Amino acid sequence: MTDGTPTSGSRERRPLSLTIPEPDARPGGPPDFSHVAIPRAGAIRRPEIDEEPEAMRDLAFGIIRVLDRHGAAVGPWAGSLKPDELREGLRHMMTLRAYDARMILAQRQGKTSFYVQNLGEEAVSCAFQRVLAPGDMNFPTYRQAGLLIAAGYPLLKMMCQVYSNDGDAARGRQLPVFYSSKEHGFFSISGNLATQYVQAVGWAMASAIMRDTRIAAAWIGDGATAESDFHAALVFASTYKAPVVLNIVNNQWAISTFQGIARGGAGTFAARGHGFGIPALRVDGNDYLAVHAAGCWAAERARRNLGPTLVEYVTYRAGGHSTSDDPSGYRPKQESENWPLGDPILRLKGHLTAIGEWSDERHVQAEAEIAQAVGEAQKAAEAIGTLQNGRHPSPREMFEDVYAEMPPHLIEQRRQAGY
Amino acid sequence: MARMTMIEAIQNAHELAMEADERVVVMGQDVGFFGGVFRCTAGLQKRFGPTRCFDAPISELGIVGTAIGMAVYGLRPCVEIQFADYMYPAYDQIVSEAARLRYRSAGEFTCPLVIRMPTGGGIYGAQTHSQSPEALFTHVAGLKTVIPSNPADAKGLLLAAIADPDPVIMLEPKRLYNGPFDGHHDRPVVPWKTHEMGEVPDEAYTVPLGQAAIRREGSALTILAYGTMVHVALAAVAEQGVDAEVIDLRTLMPLDKPTIVASVRKTGRCLIVHEATLTCGFGAELAAIVQRECFYHLEAPIERVAGWDTPYPHAGEWDYFPGPDRVGAAIRSVLEG
Repeated sequence: MTDGTPTSGSRERRPLSLTIPEPDARPGGPPDFSHVAIPRAGAIRRPEIDEEPEAMRDLAFGIIRVLDRHGAAVGPWAGSLKPDELREGLRHMMTLRAYDARMILAQRQGKTSFYVQNLGEEAVSCAFQRVLAPGDMNFPTYRQAGLLIAAGYPLLKMMCQVYSNDGDAARGRQLPVFYSSKEHGFFSISGNLATQYVQAVGWAMASAIMRDTRIAAAWIGDGATAESDFHAALVFASTYKAPVVLNIVNNQWAISTFQGIARGGAGTFAARGHGFGIPALRVDGNDYLAVHAAGCWAAERARRNLGPTLVEYVTYRAGGHSTSDDPSGYRPKQESENWPLGDPILRLKGHLTAIGEWSDERHVQAEAEIAQAVGEAQKAAEAIGTLQNGRHPSPREMFEDVYAEMPPHLIEQRRQAGY
Repeated sequence: MARMTMIEAIQNAHELAMEADERVVVMGQDVGFFGGVFRCTAGLQKRFGPTRCFDAPISELGIVGTAIGMAVYGLRPCVEIQFADYMYPAYDQIVSEAARLRYRSAGEFTCPLVIRMPTGGGIYGAQTHSQSPEALFTHVAGLKTVIPSNPADAKGLLLAAIADPDPVIMLEPKRLYNGPFDGHHDRPVVPWKTHEMGEVPDEAYTVPLGQAAIRREGSALTILAYGTMVHVALAAVAEQGVDAEVIDLRTLMPLDKPTIVASVRKTGRCLIVHEATLTCGFGAELAAIVQRECFYHLEAPIERVAGWDTPYPHAGEWDYFPGPDRVGAAIRSVLEG
C-alpha cells in the first residue's frame, strides 16, 4: 500500500491502553526489593580519572560498594579515608540523626511548623561534603543537611532557622530546613524543585570563565529529575564542560510516588548522563566509604577540567517525606527495615569496629556526647525563641532585602504596616 | 554624539560594559558568533572572546538558570531571550529564583542579572513574536522592569541595569529597533539616523532606573506611555491638536510616582496607553495609583487604551495594535469626560 492506509484491517486493531507504573509493594503487602540488583562490594571497577565517557558506560548500571557484609573495605574504591576521618564521618552522621530526632519532636510539640528529616540518607551528604574544598559550592535540596553538619556549621544556627527566631540568619523568611550559608559552601535552598540543579552548572561555568579552581556540586532527588531543569542542567553542563558534580539522590520515593513514576527502572538515573556524553557513576548511598570515594573521583574530574560527572546515590528514604507526611498510607511499614543496603550509620560503625578502630562502648559514649551537644544547642536556640514564643525578627525586616535598596513603594508599605 | 539605531545603542552599551568590567558576560541563543538575530550583540565575541559572549542551547530556563548561578558566583551576566514571547519556560527561574534570592537568603546571596528580551508588536509577528508581558514581571516582588523608547535611553538604561545589584528585565520594543514608529503603518519608515531622538552620546552614561521622562509638556491632560506607545501618543496628540503632557515611564518597577502624580494633579485628566492586553495589564496599576493619589484633582474618568483581551493576531495586526486613531479618540473622550 502506498496511500498510507494501514495494511491490517480496522477489525484487527485492539484498543490501546495506558501504562501506569506501580511499586512492587503497597501497605499491607510484604516489602519487595527483588528488582534492586546489588553487586557484591568491591566488584565494580575504578576507571582512570580521564577515561572517555563512552568507555565507562558500564559504571552507570552497577552499584559501587566498598563495605562488604562483614564490615571490611574491599575493592578498587577502598582506601580514600583514614580511621580518624572515618570516626569523624561517623560522628557527623550520628549528629545529623540526633538533630533530626530532636527537631521532629520539636515540630510535634508545636515549637515549629514543619521539618524534613534525613533518616537513612546521612552518608550521602556527610561523606560528600568531605570531598569538597573551601570555596566550592553546593546547590542542595532540602534533604542534604549533612553537608552543613560536615562543614562545621553550628547546630545552634540550624535550629534557629528551624524555629524562625531572632537567631535565624534568614530572618524568619524561609520555611524550616531551608538553610543558607555562603561561608560553608551551602547555597540558599528554594522550595521550587530542581531550579538549583541548573544554577549549579552556571556557577561552575562562571568559575571556569574566571579561570578559578573552585567547583560546584548540584543536588537533586529521584522524583525531581522529571523536572525540565534537570534536562537543561545536563545539556549546559555537557555543552560547556562545566566543572560540576551532578548528584542524584535516588531514595526510591518522591513523597508518595515511587521512583518508577519518574521512570526510574528504565535503565538507571545515572544512565541518563550517557545521552549527554556525561560520565556517570552509580553508588551505594548507604556506604560512607563508597560515597566518599566516588565523590572524590567526580570532584577530581571537575578540578582537572575534564568536565561534569553524574553520580546516582542508591539509598532509601527511611522516614516520612516530611512532618506533614505519613508513609504508611502508600508503602509497607517494614519496607525500610528490608532495604538491602541497610543503615549507613550501622554499616560504618561495623567497619570501624571490624578494623579495631571503634567499639560498642565508644559508640555509646559518642551517642551520649552528641545527645548532650544537640540538647545544649536546642536549649540555647529555644532561649532565643521558637516559632510561637520568644524573640523574633521585627516585622520591619519583612520589607528588607527585596531589593538592595528599598524602593519608595516598599517604604510606604512598611509605614502602612506600622513599622 | 553619534546617530545610532536602538540596536547599535544596545550593542554599544554591551561593549562599554564588557570593556569596563570583566565580570560582564553575554549569553543567549545566536548571540555569539552570529551577533544576535537582531544584531544587538554583533562583534562582541570577536572582540572579547568566546568565554565572554557565547551561544546557548535553545533552553530559556537553562539560559536564565545558569545566568543566576553565574550571578551568584559574582559575575554580571547580561543574557538574551530571543523574543519576550519565549520567556515562559524561564518564568520559574525568574520569579521563584532570581527575584527572591536576596530576600530568602537575607542578602547572603544576590542576583545582579540582566535579562534582555525584544517585546511588542506592530511587525506582523502574530501570537509568538508580538507579546508585551511586562505585567508578568512588574507583579513580581524583587524584579526591576525597564522599557526604552529611543536609542539614547536604551543605552543608558542597559548600562544602569548591568550596574544594578538586582535582577533587571529589559524589554526592548523591537518595532523601535531601527526607527521610531507612531502607528502609521501605511507611511514610510523613519530611520533613527534621520530622527532627532537618534542622537546617542559616545561615552558610557546611565539613565537611572526609576525615572520617567516628560516627552511633551502640556496642561490639558496627562498621557502615560512607554515603549512604542510613546511615539503613538505623541503622534495622536499632534493630530488632535491638544496640549497634552506625554510621560515616557521608561522604568515600570520601581515606578516614578512623583512625576506621574505631579502631572495629573496639574492637568486633572489621565490617559494610559500600552500594547499589552487590557485586563490586569500594567495600566490597571497606573490607574489605581492615579485614582488614589489624584482623586480630588481628577475632572474625568481615567481612560485606558490597550491591546484587546485576545492573543495577538497576524492578519488583524492594525485592528489590534492601539494606533493613533484609537489613542486620538480616547484623548477626545478624556477631554470631554
